[in-house]
Amino acid sequence: MTTLETSGNGTVPAVGAAAPAAGDAPGTPVTPHPRRARLRMAGELALFLGPALALFLTFVVYPVVSAARYSLYQWNGVEQFSDATFIGFENYARALFGGTDPATKSAFTTAYTEPFQAAFTHTIGILVLSLLIQLPLGLLIALVLNRRFPGRSAVRVIMFAPYVLSEVIAGTMWLIIFDPNGVATELMHSVGLDAPAGGWLEDQTWGFWTVFFIITWKYIGLAVILFLAGLSGVPQELQDAAAIDGASWWQTQWRVNIPLIGPTIRIWVFLSLIGSIQLFDMVWVLNQGGTTGQYSTIATYMMQIGFFRSDWGFGSAVAVIMFMLSFAVAIFYMLVVLRRDNTDRVKKVRRA
Amino acid sequence: MTATDTTRPATASAPRGPVAPPHRRYAGKPERSRDGSNWLSIGVALVGVALTLGPIIYLILGGFRTQQDLSTNPTGLPDPFMWSNYGDILANDVFWRQALNSLLVATVTTAGIVLLGTMAAYPLARYRFRGREGIFVIFTTGLMFPLTVAVLPLYLLLRDMGLSGLTGLIIPQIAFGLPMTIIILRPFLRALPMELEEAAFMDGVSRIGFFWRMLLPLARPGMVTVGVLAFIQSWNAYLLPLLLLTGDPRGMTLPLGITTFQGQYASATTLIMAYTSLAMIPALVFFLLMERRIVDGLTGAVKG
Repeated sequence: MTTLETSGNGTVPAVGAAAPAAGDAPGTPVTPHPRRARLRMAGELALFLGPALALFLTFVVYPVVSAARYSLYQWNGVEQFSDATFIGFENYARALFGGTDPATKSAFTTAYTEPFQAAFTHTIGILVLSLLIQLPLGLLIALVLNRRFPGRSAVRVIMFAPYVLSEVIAGTMWLIIFDPNGVATELMHSVGLDAPAGGWLEDQTWGFWTVFFIITWKYIGLAVILFLAGLSGVPQELQDAAAIDGASWWQTQWRVNIPLIGPTIRIWVFLSLIGSIQLFDMVWVLNQGGTTGQYSTIATYMMQIGFFRSDWGFGSAVAVIMFMLSFAVAIFYMLVVLRRDNTDRVKKVRRA
Repeated sequence: MTATDTTRPATASAPRGPVAPPHRRYAGKPERSRDGSNWLSIGVALVGVALTLGPIIYLILGGFRTQQDLSTNPTGLPDPFMWSNYGDILANDVFWRQALNSLLVATVTTAGIVLLGTMAAYPLARYRFRGREGIFVIFTTGLMFPLTVAVLPLYLLLRDMGLSGLTGLIIPQIAFGLPMTIIILRPFLRALPMELEEAAFMDGVSRIGFFWRMLLPLARPGMVTVGVLAFIQSWNAYLLPLLLLTGDPRGMTLPLGITTFQGQYASATTLIMAYTSLAMIPALVFFLLMERRIVDGLTGAVKG
């Protein structure tokens, strides 16, 4: 607040004409010359918004639009884009059902459709399992950590740490742990579970589950911390009231706490859905989706085929499909689920 | 629910003064915390801590082992205990260069995101002009354009523009960090009282002067929150460095350096463990120092 006082004490106006500001609306100094004021406003807007907008349009929007354009071409990224062949929606057709040309259909089904569908299935699998497993688990941990016990804050910090570690560090660590001759194999063996041939990650079925376990380890902290933040806002009186009414701890959680942090849960679900669709770093570090792609995701498949196998047109089509998927989820969620929270909240405030 | 609503916009309400801490649950009711069900909390907490810290400790300890020791007895403690893995890495300049690169990239990226983001959020929060909401919506769509979708064309764009190395990494990182920053900062800046501006304009301070001398100092808490998130994101970034920083390991950032090192010394697992552990330290220290800020930022970012 000291800055406020000093600058109020008649410091020099920074730019040009001293505006005799008798602003009718807050934040709008009115000058005697409306046209000059408007020009000046435009200048200020350009100054403040210009750099951010320019960077954003050049490096975010333009590449995304380009991806949509490239996806309509057969292009290897090496030749000039002007030499690329326009093939319409053929890249999408190849991803979904092997393409429209009967002569190449079976070859393209093996080359494009099957790996894409595998990646798509894994991504959706992670998305669904996150909701089925991480949500209840995160809630349970948060509810339990919401109680008072010695060392509670230390436990919260520790459980949140993996979320802050880089995906590369976490991935490398788990790669070593799940090495076929590594500690995981040994530990599981000692409790009577034998690793499949080739190790946990390389197995066609277990690979996916192992990756899901690793992802849960990495990201459960976010769910816990968000739910705890939500719980800290639930008024103590409600829980006391429930206790007086003879509700058990579980009943209190189920009927009071969980419904009241509904908005937080729904936001976490949203983040989790988008994060699952775009999952890349973690899986890439874990052998780039597996040696046979047994736990590839849409994003890792896109990188593999687009960048490392120079099929830029097809890679871009995969990117666009991924974008459409997250866009659909986002729009649905904004319109249907999150909108409810705003109206909900008003009602609850009135009731309280 | 009113209590929920006052604590909810944790970051947005910061200028109004510190939010009351969450009330102490069961405070003053010691008989409750002593009942048997508390053991459930402690039990869950212990399992959670063990599962979280176990792998990390295993990694750090592994750095002290010989390769032979690790392969014959993967579950045991280091025997013999040796320092040379860590020593060798620290004696080599590659690790330090990469740490320095990461620090440089993260610092410049954060500064860029915070400065440009605050500049853009200011008129979006406090000016009245036509198209304001439209521009804001353009920025929010950025949340739906993840780097993963844009990365192939972005790579080509940077190649055509001749942007390479760390500069080529920093500029798009700033661009991709802006939407989140603006979304968090706009309600924050809006929450500052409008009278501030009126008083400043009355004294003949221009809007630019107001921004520079009053808004920036007042917005500091919000900027720190946003900055901490941006720093972590940049420090951990992997996808863009993977495409841009090929070739000399001395020009890489730490995450890419780890995977490159892993490729080079594939058979020396304990050396990789030491390298990864060392790379983890700065992040963990920063996290412990900034834990409150990070959590505030995340919960605020999500709800703001």
